Amino acid sequence: MSETGVQLAYLAAAVLFILGLKGLSSARTAVRGNTLAAVGMAIAIAAALLDAGVLDWEWMLGGVVVGSVIGVTAATRIQMTEMPEMVALLNGFGGVASALVAGAELLGYWDAGLAPDGVVATAIVLGTLIGGLTLTGSLVAFGKLSERITSAPVVYGGQQVINALLGVLLLLVAAIVALDPLGATQEYWVLAALALLLGVLLIIPIGGADMPVVISLLNAYSGLAACATGFVLDNAALVISGSLVGAAGLILTKIMCDAMNRSIGNVLFGAFGAVGDPAAAGGGSQGTAKSYTPEDAAVIFSNASSCIVVPGYGMAVAQAQHAVRELANVLGEKGVRVQFAIHPVAGRMPGHMNVLLAEADVPYEELVEMSEINPQFPETDVALVLGANDVVNPLAREPGSAISGMPILDVDRARHVFVIKRSMSPGFAGIQNPLFFNDNTMMIFGDAKAVVLAVLDAVRSY
Amino acid sequence: MLADPAVALTVLVLSFFIGIEVISKVPPLLHTPLMSGSNAISGITIVGALIAVAADGPMIKTIFGFLAIVFATINVVGGFVVTNRMLEMFQQRKDDR
Repeated sequence: MSETGVQLAYLAAAVLFILGLKGLSSARTAVRGNTLAAVGMAIAIAAALLDAGVLDWEWMLGGVVVGSVIGVTAATRIQMTEMPEMVALLNGFGGVASALVAGAELLGYWDAGLAPDGVVATAIVLGTLIGGLTLTGSLVAFGKLSERITSAPVVYGGQQVINALLGVLLLLVAAIVALDPLGATQEYWVLAALALLLGVLLIIPIGGADMPVVISLLNAYSGLAACATGFVLDNAALVISGSLVGAAGLILTKIMCDAMNRSIGNVLFGAFGAVGDPAAAGGGSQGTAKSYTPEDAAVIFSNASSCIVVPGYGMAVAQAQHAVRELANVLGEKGVRVQFAIHPVAGRMPGHMNVLLAEADVPYEELVEMSEINPQFPETDVALVLGANDVVNPLAREPGSAISGMPILDVDRARHVFVIKRSMSPGFAGIQNPLFFNDNTMMIFGDAKAVVLAVLDAVRSY
Repeated sequence: MLADPAVALTVLVLSFFIGIEVISKVPPLLHTPLMSGSNAISGITIVGALIAVAADGPMIKTIFGFLAIVFATINVVGGFVVTNRMLEMFQQRKDDR
């Protein structure tokens, strides 16, 4: 295939990626969009094979087969509740793949005794740095999401100073390698090791509930790493695709930060939710919360005409989405209008709640965004809060708390509020929630799934 | 193709703006599939990995390239398959009605 032919194939792939992402603008066209993007990828791979020749086809085929088996197995077996973990791992794999390609190219230059020009050398350094950092950062995020390591922020004295010093050292070594890519061979491995180390240290202090931001940001990094590799190989397909992914990650990062009214700096370096956080000290107990039974709930539900369910991470942990769907069905049969209110940062990744409820066959028309559903709460008979806390905390409307200014779902304005929760423990922000003590709030303590099933039984037999 | 780094930078910046425009229109409903789908797209590094393995070089370079192919393929295949799985859940509901 001619050079021009290869480049045109890459262009076709890039166009298909853009059309694919465009398809994601509606649930109706999304499957087709994903297929278009996959076709684009197939074209790009075919062009690369024709471009590269099939010299070492055993290695190529071997790699593709191994990767495909792992990829298909993971993608078909994974539970929807585990999606954040899967995306975290994919971020890391994308990062390390780009870093390995950058490293392989440098090894080639070393072997040939040829120095890459300044742009390529810089791109190799950036690809290694960003890709390496993305790998270990993503592995830590994966560990926190799957509770293999503590999801609480890990903080220690001098943490930020140590990280800053390591960061400066990393940039210094990076500059040395970029200026003398042939001579600074040992420095290159130091650079790789520092990038891997910094990835761990930067994500360790970030708490579990801030993972939506972290995953989005690492998503952007994996795109930027691919971009850098595109500069190494002088390859337009990599530059364009990496840039698209970088844009996607950055937009999601911004949306997640806005939804918490926090800056990206605060999320990354604030160790939000750490034990002993001074912000957590405010607001102690404010009276007594009233505990009710599922039977009490059944009475209220059976006399209601409208209900808004507010799911949170607790629903995911308890795998309660199917039970909730059942309850919504039964209430629907009794003439209650049921909708779901989705806060952007509910759960552990962007769109987490939507995927879980879609899995449980909740029609997506019933999943309503925050700005759209908030005006409806005052006319709603029952709000059912399911394992959500900070996203429904009315303290956010007042100044002086850790979550002040954070947009929340106005559940407290509904006529009755049921909160299903395991205990009175505060949410991630570490502050008490006055919602639980309101006159119109009824607490039902227990595992989200168990309680919902009990309510379901009670409603059925009411 | 991008012989002049300025050309590559132009391509980078313009595609970034396209990315911002297109992705801003993705509703929150589909943010999870957007992430897994963009992970699949960032598996484009497989193109670089294939080229790295194909070119002459020492064994360690081939091994690096091989590992890159494995990881990038996981992203491409795993990303597209899991995204499809999720999106079909969203679409099914429409068909039922």
